[in-house]
Amino acid sequence: MIKRITPPLDDKVLEDLRIGDKVLITGKIYSARDAAHKRFVETINKGGQLPIDLRGQIIYYVGPTPPKPGYVIGSAGPTTSIRMDSYMEPMLKAGLKATIGKGYRSWGVVDLFKKYRAVYFIATGGVGALISKKIKNAKIVAYEDLGPEAVMELEVQDFPVIVANDIHGGDIFEEGVKKYQEITLPFKIERISEV
Amino acid sequence: MKIVRVEEVEEAVRRLSMEVNYYIRDELKDAYKKALEREVSETGREILSQIIENVELAAKEQLPICQDTGVSIVYVEIGQDVKIEGGNLYDAINRGVSKGYKEGYLRKSVVKDPLFNRVNTGDNTPAMIHVEVVPGDIFKITFMAKGTGAENMSRLAMLTPAAGVKGIRDFVLKTVAEAGPNPCPPVVVGIGIGGTFDTVGWLAKKALMRKFGSRHPDPNYAKLELELLDEINKLGVGPQGLGGRITALDVRIETAPCHIGALPVAVNLDCHAHRVGVWEK
Repeated sequence: MIKRITPPLDDKVLEDLRIGDKVLITGKIYSARDAAHKRFVETINKGGQLPIDLRGQIIYYVGPTPPKPGYVIGSAGPTTSIRMDSYMEPMLKAGLKATIGKGYRSWGVVDLFKKYRAVYFIATGGVGALISKKIKNAKIVAYEDLGPEAVMELEVQDFPVIVANDIHGGDIFEEGVKKYQEITLPFKIERISEV
Repeated sequence: MKIVRVEEVEEAVRRLSMEVNYYIRDELKDAYKKALEREVSETGREILSQIIENVELAAKEQLPICQDTGVSIVYVEIGQDVKIEGGNLYDAINRGVSKGYKEGYLRKSVVKDPLFNRVNTGDNTPAMIHVEVVPGDIFKITFMAKGTGAENMSRLAMLTPAAGVKGIRDFVLKTVAEAGPNPCPPVVVGIGIGGTFDTVGWLAKKALMRKFGSRHPDPNYAKLELELLDEINKLGVGPQGLGGRITALDVRIETAPCHIGALPVAVNLDCHAHRVGVWEK
C-alpha cells in the first residue's frame, strides 16, 4: 500500500509510518546539504533565527544541477545522508520531522529519530533525472552564495520515497541485508559512524 | 611525430564532460538489464527498473544522469613520439572542464581548499589530472565524472605479505559490506594491489577507468576479479543497499610490483552510473 503525506507532519502521520512503507510526498519541502547544515547549526548554537521554520518540515538532502532553459530544476536525486548526521540533534530539537536522502544513518542518529519522533526517508540514488520530474517548482530561500548547496523551497508532487528509519527504531538496511546474505564473513560488519 | 594541439584537447574534454553525464555506455546498460534479470528482491528489481528508466530519460532530454556530476578525473596517456602544441596541456584540460560544466548545465562540485576555505570554484575546476608517458604516438584521454558518495566509501590498507589472497579478499568484502547503501549500489569495484601507498590508490582508480567488463591480462588476477564479483554479490547489500543479489556490476584489478615487505591494497568504489568516456587521437 502506498501512503500519501503532506508537510507539516504531525505525530499521527509519523506514528503510522513503518520501515519499508512506500510513501508519496506532495507539498513543500526544503533542500539542504553539508554547507547549509553547517550554517543552520552555527545559527542555532548562537541563539539566532533560522531562515526557515523547521517545525514539522521535511529536509531533502540534495544539491541539484542547474536547470536547463525551460526547466524548473536540473537533475535532483538524493545525496548521502550520513554526512549530515553530526548536525542532526540540533535540527531535530528545532522541530524537523523528516529527512530524505540515500544510504544509512549512524546508529546514534537512528536513536535520535526515536527520541525526537522523526522519520528518515530514502529516495533512489543516482536517478536524478527521473526524480526531477516530481519537482514542480523551486526557489532559493537562503544562502544563495552556496551555489548548488543553497537552501531551496521545492514544491513536489507524488515524490516517491521509502521509510528507512521510523519512530519505532526500525532500520531497513539491516533487515534487507540479513534476508539476502549468502556468505559467512570472518569479520563483523561495522556501520560507519559520524556521531 | 604526431602533433596534438591543445585546442583539440580542450574540445575533447568539453565534449566528454557533457557526454559521460548524459549518456550511459551500451555495455553498462546491458549490465543493468542482466542485473534486472538476475535480481530476486522485488524492491531491488524496482530500483534497477528506475535506473534503466532514468538513463533513458537522461539521454532523451540531455539531463545529467545524476545530480552529482562529480569531480573531473582526466587520465592522459601520451606517446613519447607525440608533441603537444599551442599552450599548456593542464590549462587546456581545465578550460575544457570549465566550458563543459557551464555549457552542459552540470553541477559545480569543487571547493578551492579542503579545510579552511571551502569556497566553490564555480566551474568544477581544477580537474584531477594524471599524465603518463607511454611508448609510440598514441594520445588518449580517459575522462571520469566521479561522484563523492562512492568515493567517500573507498578504502586503502597497507597489508603485509602474509595476508595474501585471503587478506585482499576480506578487505574488499569488508569495504563493500560496510559501505552498504552509501555508494549507490550496484557498484563497480576498482581494486589496486601492489606499488606503494601513493600508487595503490591510483591503481584502483585506473581499474575503474578501464573498459567495463575487461579482465586483467594475468589469468590469476582475471580469475580473482570474477571470484570477488561473485562473493560481493553474496553479501546481500543489493540495489541501493535494501537487500538483494546484485551488489556489484563489475570488479576490476590493477597491479604493480611492490616491496618485499608490503602488500598495499586500495578499493575504489563507483556508483551504478559509472561515468567514463574516452577520446583518442
